[in-house]
Amino acid sequence: MVLDILAGFVYSIIVYNIPLLYGTVGEILNEKAGSLNLGVEGTMAVGAIFGYLLGCRTDSLFLGILTAAAAGALCGLLFAFFTVTLQANQNVTGLTVTTLGLGVYYFVAHAVHSRSNWPMMQDCPSIVKGFSEIHIPLLSDIPYIGKAFFSHNLFIYLGIFLAVLVWWYMKHTTAGLRMRAVGENPGAADSCGVNIPRSKYLHITAGCAIMGVGGYYMALHINGEYLASSGWINGYGWIAVALVIFANWNPARAILGTFVFGIFKALEVYAGSIAFAFPALFGWLKAVPPKVFTALPFLITALVLVLSSARRSKKSNQPAAIGVNYYREDR
Amino acid sequence: MADAFAIELKNIKKSFGAVAANRNINLSLRQGEILALLGENGSGKTTLMNMLSGIYRPDGGEIFVNGERVDIASPEDAKRLGIGMVHQHYRLVEVFSAADNIWLGRNCPKYPFREKLKSVCAEKKGWRRLTAGGKVLVCGAGAAFSERLLRKKRYQEVEKICSAFGFSIDPAKKVYNMAVSEKQTLEIVKVLYYGARIIILDEPTAVLTVQETEKLFEVLRRMKAEGHSIIIITHKLNEVLAISDRVAVLRKGEYVGTVETAEANEQMLTDLMVGHRVDLNIERPVVEKKKPLLEIRNLTVRNDEGVRAIDDVSFYIRGGEILGVAGIAGCGQRELCEAIAGLRKIESGEMVHKGENIVGLMPREIIEKGISMSFIPEDRLGMGLAPSLSITDNMLLKTYKTGSRPFSPFVDRRRGRAEAARIIEELGVVTPSTETPVRRLSGGNVQKVLVGREIQSGPNVIVTAYPVRGLDIHSSYAIYDILNRQKESGVGILFVGEDLDVMLALCDKIMVLCHGRVMGIVHASKTSKEELGLMMTGTLNLVRDDADAGKKTGIARDTNIREDDVR
Repeated sequence: MVLDILAGFVYSIIVYNIPLLYGTVGEILNEKAGSLNLGVEGTMAVGAIFGYLLGCRTDSLFLGILTAAAAGALCGLLFAFFTVTLQANQNVTGLTVTTLGLGVYYFVAHAVHSRSNWPMMQDCPSIVKGFSEIHIPLLSDIPYIGKAFFSHNLFIYLGIFLAVLVWWYMKHTTAGLRMRAVGENPGAADSCGVNIPRSKYLHITAGCAIMGVGGYYMALHINGEYLASSGWINGYGWIAVALVIFANWNPARAILGTFVFGIFKALEVYAGSIAFAFPALFGWLKAVPPKVFTALPFLITALVLVLSSARRSKKSNQPAAIGVNYYREDR
Repeated sequence: MADAFAIELKNIKKSFGAVAANRNINLSLRQGEILALLGENGSGKTTLMNMLSGIYRPDGGEIFVNGERVDIASPEDAKRLGIGMVHQHYRLVEVFSAADNIWLGRNCPKYPFREKLKSVCAEKKGWRRLTAGGKVLVCGAGAAFSERLLRKKRYQEVEKICSAFGFSIDPAKKVYNMAVSEKQTLEIVKVLYYGARIIILDEPTAVLTVQETEKLFEVLRRMKAEGHSIIIITHKLNEVLAISDRVAVLRKGEYVGTVETAEANEQMLTDLMVGHRVDLNIERPVVEKKKPLLEIRNLTVRNDEGVRAIDDVSFYIRGGEILGVAGIAGCGQRELCEAIAGLRKIESGEMVHKGENIVGLMPREIIEKGISMSFIPEDRLGMGLAPSLSITDNMLLKTYKTGSRPFSPFVDRRRGRAEAARIIEELGVVTPSTETPVRRLSGGNVQKVLVGREIQSGPNVIVTAYPVRGLDIHSSYAIYDILNRQKESGVGILFVGEDLDVMLALCDKIMVLCHGRVMGIVHASKTSKEELGLMMTGTLNLVRDDADAGKKTGIARDTNIREDDVR
């Protein structure tokens, strides 16, 4: 019984943390190339709405993912065009992308919903099937552990795979090395013959495509239910920005970081059960109103941002040239 | 083509906004020679060289490399043409290892699949063609892929490159752990590894010690012997005469001429550079010295890492004298200056200004007491001036609370502008207007503004560190002159310097620091460069506790001062 609850708890932590992982990994790609993209929230929203609508219309999960990635990439291209080509301020542009993305999201969602042809996820059998848990022979059958770690849907494995892939790419390829150099000291990279605009465009776009897929996952996770007020992303994009710092710009560590944040989200549902399973240790959880757990990730986000920016450390992996546009002839 | 010039510039023009940085420059670099490029600050040397390295594009004129007309649109083009530049501010990624910094610009070999595929297909028949073709594709793609991976072997390879060029660098060492000279070596190796035959060095000796400079020159001579053509920018005339074959001189963006080094001397080069005769002697006016203005007793200060940067240091500065502080980089000069200005916490000790302890006072209170500090860090702008603000605003930074309207919420811009205009005129600052942001000025002019502002406030103690760092002769002498005039008016000056020749000529006494400890305070007229050098490295320590007399020896005393004036 206790183990059942624990397995369910871990399972739901993972379910909740994965969209954050997409956002975080995407943002790490942006930031490591020297671009502080604050448009995560908007990019995820745009990916979510277009991915969901198109995926449901065609009843294809694959097309949905592709659309979400493309929509996210488009947001990335917009950001790159403004900050790299036009040398606009990155903070302002990022906030603009968020505002614009959320605007597009609400506009499209409302327009479709008000004409009452909002697609229902349960009417799309192949999406429901594709989004259902994948049964891995042997691994999924391990008692408890199988339930907690090896009976998830496609997006969860894809997210972890992407995080590891990005980590490997940054650490072990020449292109990753060049991209990090662009984020650290564009002047040095330039004098070595690295094409800076190309590198920035490439990594911003790829990172934003990943964010878009994360948004799509969030849409599917709540069955594509139309939300008039809060929206699907609901601040997760901002948590992702903070998680980048929490993960110290390391995609592999981001897996762990998102897991920690997922705990609070999962507690919203599991607080009662945990209190029941461990009355001595966590009995007090019963007394905490569930809304506190909804607010906790945001509170901790704020704390992480404040503390990490107050602490100056040599060990921090923050790219030195983050937020600074590079113009070769600048004096 | 053998005797074509390595580089030939014809009528090169470049302007930034309304300011013409280069006007019709003609310059030629012979194969296998070392050409020194000489000019005052802001004469357009770096701009010109940046056009060769692809950072800037010329507005007009032609560039020939090895006799061929070329268009250098980017650093990559320059790299392809075999031109490498070692910038004054090193272009290295601090958090990368030496090997990764070199690897960054490595050209991955291309795998010409198509040709190989064609030849394989022509040889083989039938299904063998298919398998062989597939093998070519898979192996080629695999090789191309693995070539783009970062392997451990890159460390060995970089080490091999270094030893091939005769350098020793630890390839795994991170750049932020390197000393300045190591970084420079890395930059040179990088440039050589990219296959440069023409090497440009922008003020390579500005941050090096005498020994390191000598080492660098040996490297340059060796590179020259191997057939490389080198352009070196430097302000130091003795270096120009020591290393170069020819000297090209620029003045205010214009090309003055080129002379054979063998036929040149310091005076002649200075005159060419400045355009009129300059007296190369530094004067040391004798001023009747007053009582100590500032006394430092047993001062101990820790640096940012928590290590003792200043360890039990005592000295005093009197009105009408310049006390020089000599020492190798990082011996505690910076921390000493910061402590005096109230910017750094003092662990123990006293600082007495006119009989009043100033330990623990706010920087503003210290300024109001008449102690001014101007510290010129390596990047010149780091301390003292706000780069994006105009000269006027920078003037106001220190005086907004004093003067005509001390309690007004509004700043007196008119007064600030007048002060700015006065400094511009008196010190000969080259600037379009008083409202130009300071970062747009060239290094020498920035320093004049900083020193000028410090003097403007009418201090009685001036702490100045590296006021002539990176400055050309003309500006340096202007600054020495300013300091001497202040000294004559009874101001006490603490001068942290790096050029021993200058310190010997300018200072009255010189204090030598080594690892935060005083190695001795000597009269400038009674010491030598060699003695100072030994003290700087800690080989010679003049300070000894004389048990009999109950006082320390090795500290120069002034005869017209009684013991109880200085405890």
